Amino acid sequence: MSQRGVVVAKPYERLSREQVELINRTSLDILKSPGILCYHEESVSLLEKAGAKVKATREGEHDAWWVSIPEKAVRQALDTAPSKVTLGARNPENQVIMDAEETRVHFGSGSETNYWLEVEPETFVSKQDGREQVFPVMKKSRGNVSYLCRSAHLANNLENLDFFIRNVNVQDEDITTDNKDVNVFFASLNNITKPVIGGIADFEQLEKVVNMAEIIAGGKEELIKNPVTSFITSVIKSPLQVVAETAEKLIAIARMGLPVVISTSPQGGSTAPIDEMGMVAQVNAEALTGIVINQLANPGAPVIYGAVPVRARMDDLHDMYGVPEFCHYNMACAQMARYYKVPCYSTAGVGDAKVPGVQAAVEKMFTYSAVPFAAPDLIHYAFGLLDKTQTFSPEQAVLDNHQIGMVKFLHRESGVNAEAADKTKQIVEEVMNSPYRMYARYARKMLRRGGVFGGFPFEGENDDQDQTLLKLNERFRQLEEVEPQHLPEDICSRIFEQTPGLLPRLNPYA
Amino acid sequence: MKDKLIEGIVENVLQGRRNKDDEGIEEENIGEPGVAELVQEALDNGIDTNTILLEGLSKGMEQVGQKYETGEYFIPDMLTAAEAVEAGMTVMEPYLAGEGTSEGKGKVIMATVEKDLHDIGKNLVSIMLKGAGFNVVDLGIDVPAARIVEAAEEENADLVGLSALLNTTMVNMEDVVKELEKKGLRDKIKVIIGGAPTSDDFASEIGADGYGKDAFAAIRVAEELLKAGGNK
Repeated sequence: MSQRGVVVAKPYERLSREQVELINRTSLDILKSPGILCYHEESVSLLEKAGAKVKATREGEHDAWWVSIPEKAVRQALDTAPSKVTLGARNPENQVIMDAEETRVHFGSGSETNYWLEVEPETFVSKQDGREQVFPVMKKSRGNVSYLCRSAHLANNLENLDFFIRNVNVQDEDITTDNKDVNVFFASLNNITKPVIGGIADFEQLEKVVNMAEIIAGGKEELIKNPVTSFITSVIKSPLQVVAETAEKLIAIARMGLPVVISTSPQGGSTAPIDEMGMVAQVNAEALTGIVINQLANPGAPVIYGAVPVRARMDDLHDMYGVPEFCHYNMACAQMARYYKVPCYSTAGVGDAKVPGVQAAVEKMFTYSAVPFAAPDLIHYAFGLLDKTQTFSPEQAVLDNHQIGMVKFLHRESGVNAEAADKTKQIVEEVMNSPYRMYARYARKMLRRGGVFGGFPFEGENDDQDQTLLKLNERFRQLEEVEPQHLPEDICSRIFEQTPGLLPRLNPYA
Repeated sequence: MKDKLIEGIVENVLQGRRNKDDEGIEEENIGEPGVAELVQEALDNGIDTNTILLEGLSKGMEQVGQKYETGEYFIPDMLTAAEAVEAGMTVMEPYLAGEGTSEGKGKVIMATVEKDLHDIGKNLVSIMLKGAGFNVVDLGIDVPAARIVEAAEEENADLVGLSALLNTTMVNMEDVVKELEKKGLRDKIKVIIGGAPTSDDFASEIGADGYGKDAFAAIRVAEELLKAGGNK
């Protein structure tokens, strides 16, 4: 069993069994009527064979079908969907092994932000007393493939990051639809030895990406055993619409037998009801739709229940992550996935704040303290995301790594047992009979065994300035100096030979 | 033989092992001689107390201090090492007395002042002072000024270390300074203070000789004061 992640011993069950069953029943009723609006003909055909009632319609310029999904189709899909799914990794020790019937939580990155926000320390002179002081100045740049490589390398060196979803959108001039997927997957896989999960922008590129993964894993069968890359498909456009192009990818990935996240991201207040009952019933119906299509395409294919429900800001209808309702939605979805015995992909740690600081810390710590209590298998978006997923900050990712370390520590086993009780009595006896009656000697043993949390490592020295960002920048620079763990030269050569469109500058041996 | 014993003392100070029953950092050490046994063996083999103190115990503490500076060691490591040094000093005590050097770097009276029951900081400083080679008499907590001064006189102390955690009790530190003056001992006995509400300014205000913002600072201040004062 994987040692990555942390086991949440007693998951918090926000919903009672009756409430879980009520949401399940409501979702099934929604899938029956009004049903889903499907834009993908093959999905319609699969669903129809499984007993769905179908009615053709037109939505603007597109053919579409109203599909009433029967309960038995959902039940059958949940019966065949595996409860255990492995996310492979270049280093097999880094595999993430999920079991929906267990409660191990893993933290990962995401999403494709448009901006990279980096700290640049700058010296300022006080107008008051002429004193010089260094402050962090933020530099914002558009994402590119170089930043993606740096973020994957950083992620490889963040000990609390368990899986990697690319967190920078590449906007280089020489990146086009025809070569984007191969380059982003290569940039990721060449810089990290942990599981890589990602979306495919262009269906035509899927086979090339899978071929690249097979070369890395050592063949087609080896890739099934150790899927060094898994996929994300946003197959649902909320509310309840199946997108043609993504459904096509979902079916193809299912037939390849590779793990795929069904990711659906309704916004409470605009594309889904804002109340918990309504939101969870809809997002659950959407996730179930994706699972049904996936299992109809290939029964038993590894699939992950992905729910990314967010709340709308009431002043501008943007996504809002750092609010209690976000936690309610996500914790309830984790419970629904466990009810279905399908691994769950959840979300926490996004800052609505534009820059690292007090607001970001409050929002992030709030959600990645709360959501893991519900014990979803995967928590994505947890590293470096700011401005509602528009911006990635490496310094923020370093800070998040520390905060997630605290969360993982929080969920450690209590250590309360009979042996520890005997030891306690012995220690108390010893200390009470010692000159100063201090427990420092015994604290030291815990400290050396990693049983004492190390405190905040980015504390500044100045009495009149918060230097956290400067310290984070120093740490980020140190991590950037760590030797990258690139793919071996022969593997790189084969990938470059067989993958047209790869940018030569990404080849570390060129 | 000599080198091996001295090296063993240094290593066991680093491990914080007072005697053979202690675990140290590496648990497999249980049953192996600790500082007390090694110091005794060194004395039995004719190694002089000065060598054991300087090349063994003090050198071990120096290395512990260096490891603390680099972040490898923490306060519990320092305290545990200091306890191991103290165990070695206890073994050496009769030998030092025979040589007329039993006061080590100087004699210190430690106390938490009257009406204050807090002792963590005071204990920390006491243990560290012992580990640094001072002879410490710890009077405990809630000690009236008169008793502190009485003990300082009886013990022929070089230094009085006062601790307080409360704003309401720190004022009692001044009573000790005044009592020392009243008894005509102020020129002979230095006073250092410490504790969360105290400060360098407060030390000056009440006429104390020094302020230790933490245990390490307290030891540095004690060493400087006694060196400068030339008491020993």
